[in-house]
Amino acid sequence: MPQQSDTSPLSTLRPGESATIESLGGDLGLMRRLKALGLGRGQRIHLLRRAWMAGPLHVRVGMTELMLRRVDAIHIRITPRAA
Amino acid sequence: MTMALVGMPNSGKSTFFNGLTGSHSPIGNWPGLTVELHQGSVQLEGRSVQLIDLPGIYDLHGLSEDEAIVRRFLETTPVDLLVLIINASQIDRQLRLALQVQQLGLPALLLLNMGDEAERFGVRINTEALSQRLCMPVLLISAKYSACFKTVELALAAALAKAGPPRRVEGLEERLGAGEAALEGRLAELLNQCVQLPERLRDQLTRRLDRLLLHPLLGLPLFFLAMFLMFQAIYALGVPLQQLLGQLLNGFGTAVLTPLLASAPAFVRGLLLEGLYQGIGTVAAFLPVIFLFFLAMAVVEDSGYLSRAAFLMDALMERLGLDGRSFVLSLMGFGCNVPAILGTRVMRSKGLRILTMLVIPFSLCSARLNVFLFMTAALFAPRQGAAVLFSLYLISFLAAILTALIFKGQFPSREPLLLELPPYRFPTIKQMLVRSWTEVRHFWFWSRKFIIFGVVAVWLLNNLPWGVAPASDQSLSGLLGSALQPLLQPIGINPKLTVALVFGFIAKEIVLGGLAVIYNQADMGQLGHALARDISWTQAYSFMLFTLLYTPCLSTVAVIRSESKRWGVTLLSVFWSLLLAWLVAFCFFQGSRLMGWA
Ligand SMILES: Nc1nc2c(ncn2[C@@H]2O[C@H](COP(=O)(O)OP(=O)(O)OP(=O)(O)O)[C@@H](O)[C@H]2O)c(=O)[nH]1
Ligand SMILES: [Mg+2]
Repeated sequence: MPQQSDTSPLSTLRPGESATIESLGGDLGLMRRLKALGLGRGQRIHLLRRAWMAGPLHVRVGMTELMLRRVDAIHIRITPRAA
Repeated sequence: MTMALVGMPNSGKSTFFNGLTGSHSPIGNWPGLTVELHQGSVQLEGRSVQLIDLPGIYDLHGLSEDEAIVRRFLETTPVDLLVLIINASQIDRQLRLALQVQQLGLPALLLLNMGDEAERFGVRINTEALSQRLCMPVLLISAKYSACFKTVELALAAALAKAGPPRRVEGLEERLGAGEAALEGRLAELLNQCVQLPERLRDQLTRRLDRLLLHPLLGLPLFFLAMFLMFQAIYALGVPLQQLLGQLLNGFGTAVLTPLLASAPAFVRGLLLEGLYQGIGTVAAFLPVIFLFFLAMAVVEDSGYLSRAAFLMDALMERLGLDGRSFVLSLMGFGCNVPAILGTRVMRSKGLRILTMLVIPFSLCSARLNVFLFMTAALFAPRQGAAVLFSLYLISFLAAILTALIFKGQFPSREPLLLELPPYRFPTIKQMLVRSWTEVRHFWFWSRKFIIFGVVAVWLLNNLPWGVAPASDQSLSGLLGSALQPLLQPIGINPKLTVALVFGFIAKEIVLGGLAVIYNQADMGQLGHALARDISWTQAYSFMLFTLLYTPCLSTVAVIRSESKRWGVTLLSVFWSLLLAWLVAFCFFQGSRLMGWA
């Protein structure tokens, strides 16, 4: 079990890198929507690219690709390597 | 008997619905295209069964307006069978909805759609095992291709035969709550037992295209270039067709209708020929352009490029108090504002929805396009004409941006933006033709209603009181025009144009038909000459600016009212657009006079 200090927000991931989702935060509505789009604890998440001018992130989880804003990505905590 | 279609956004519900019932529910590769209930019927073993196409839901708990519609529907309407559609190639996440639906305790049937993509991407599903574990029939299909519907019909009939009397969902929240704790575990177990996912994603095409189209620097220029080329192609093909059709219709009028009505009383002949036939003919000539326009829209909407546009534009839109979806809805507004405003239902935050609704009416819709195509052809040389049209598109964008900047403080929002970027797709020829045909038919029926009313009214205003010279200062339209002169003269609008503008408030489709009646010219070329003799190019451009920016049509006003549920917002939209239209036209017209252009 990784320590809390090992986790970092998704927004710190660099394009081309993958990580494992450790926990989801934010309000209930956001959490449910994240889960419905496939972002759950323990899932691998891959950052494909960031949009220009601090725009949204383009990520892939499982078979789904989606975009989300950086401010929302703060609520997703990741561990860079699956143990 | 009633069946309801439930599924996540963009899983192909509308495609399936159209395929099974032969209806024309709109389809597009954009999550949240259907935001209303559509109903159709299908014959199953000799019995007529109702099928209802519901908006997509991510989650039965969902909080946005379109998701609430689905929940309300399930709680209030008794159904015999729930038909659940999920995207087979994304079964790893969409199966969650199947588990939630199972909790509802209604008879259900599961369709794994997009079997073709699942196979291409290397997703393997054991449907029998899945069916056993979920205790419902499971079928793997591709709704885009009609081959699958025979087996689907058999399965539906069998499931209906087994289902009891129709029921609605009672205690939805409690039922969902009861299963929620075990949901993750069951999902993982089911996936483990019945599904084989590929080691690596196989969709190389989408990956490569995205690398180019979402490029940090090239992405946006490429997007606008693509849009520009699309519009160019539509004009290059559509305008000659429109002129040809216009000539044919006019020829028919002079060669057949005029002799036919020769013996009718002057009043009737005038009303029918100069009023109705001229008005309707002018608009009918534009049907080819509309057809081509929606053919192109069908490709754009189905390709998945719209979601990419949302990705590219979100950073800019965020600074305007909007988000990437607002941009895409505004683009859809270039077809017609009404469905675009309905599309704002996917937004949860009231502020964001209202701000988007205030912005959409500035999108230059196809009805306004008709007016502009005609006027630029009449008053400008072809090369200038292209620049004039382009400038109108530019002003349409600028007006939207200005509006957002001014009102974003009043309608603040903070809504998370999570949007699927689906794989690139291409519509089948049939999908494209059906789409454009539906739109053309809609435009035709719709505009005919308004035009018959509008054109007859304009003709009467011109010719009453009976006996005065038509459209002279003594006629009703002359009086109306003069009465509004103090307001409209400073922007270069003469009494004749005023009448067209007043009726354009009802619908822009009337403007052109109205002008044809006012100037008493059926032939487009002749009407163009008459206009060119009567007004200067600066007056014409001022007229176009005003037409572009003021209230698009009564339907838009009505839909803003019904969607925002606030008269304040509706009135704000109407008055703000009138004010902006007047100010912009005023600045242009007076500016041009100072510059000595006219
Ligand atoms: N490859 C493939 N594409 C499909 C299939 N069925 C639907 N599509 C495509 O999937 C996209 C979404 O289809 P829609 O029918 O609009 O989806 P929907 O579920 O009604 O979506 P919302 O109305 O947004 O909830 C469109 O681009 C369709 O052409 C299929 O069997 N195979
Ligand atoms: Mg739909």
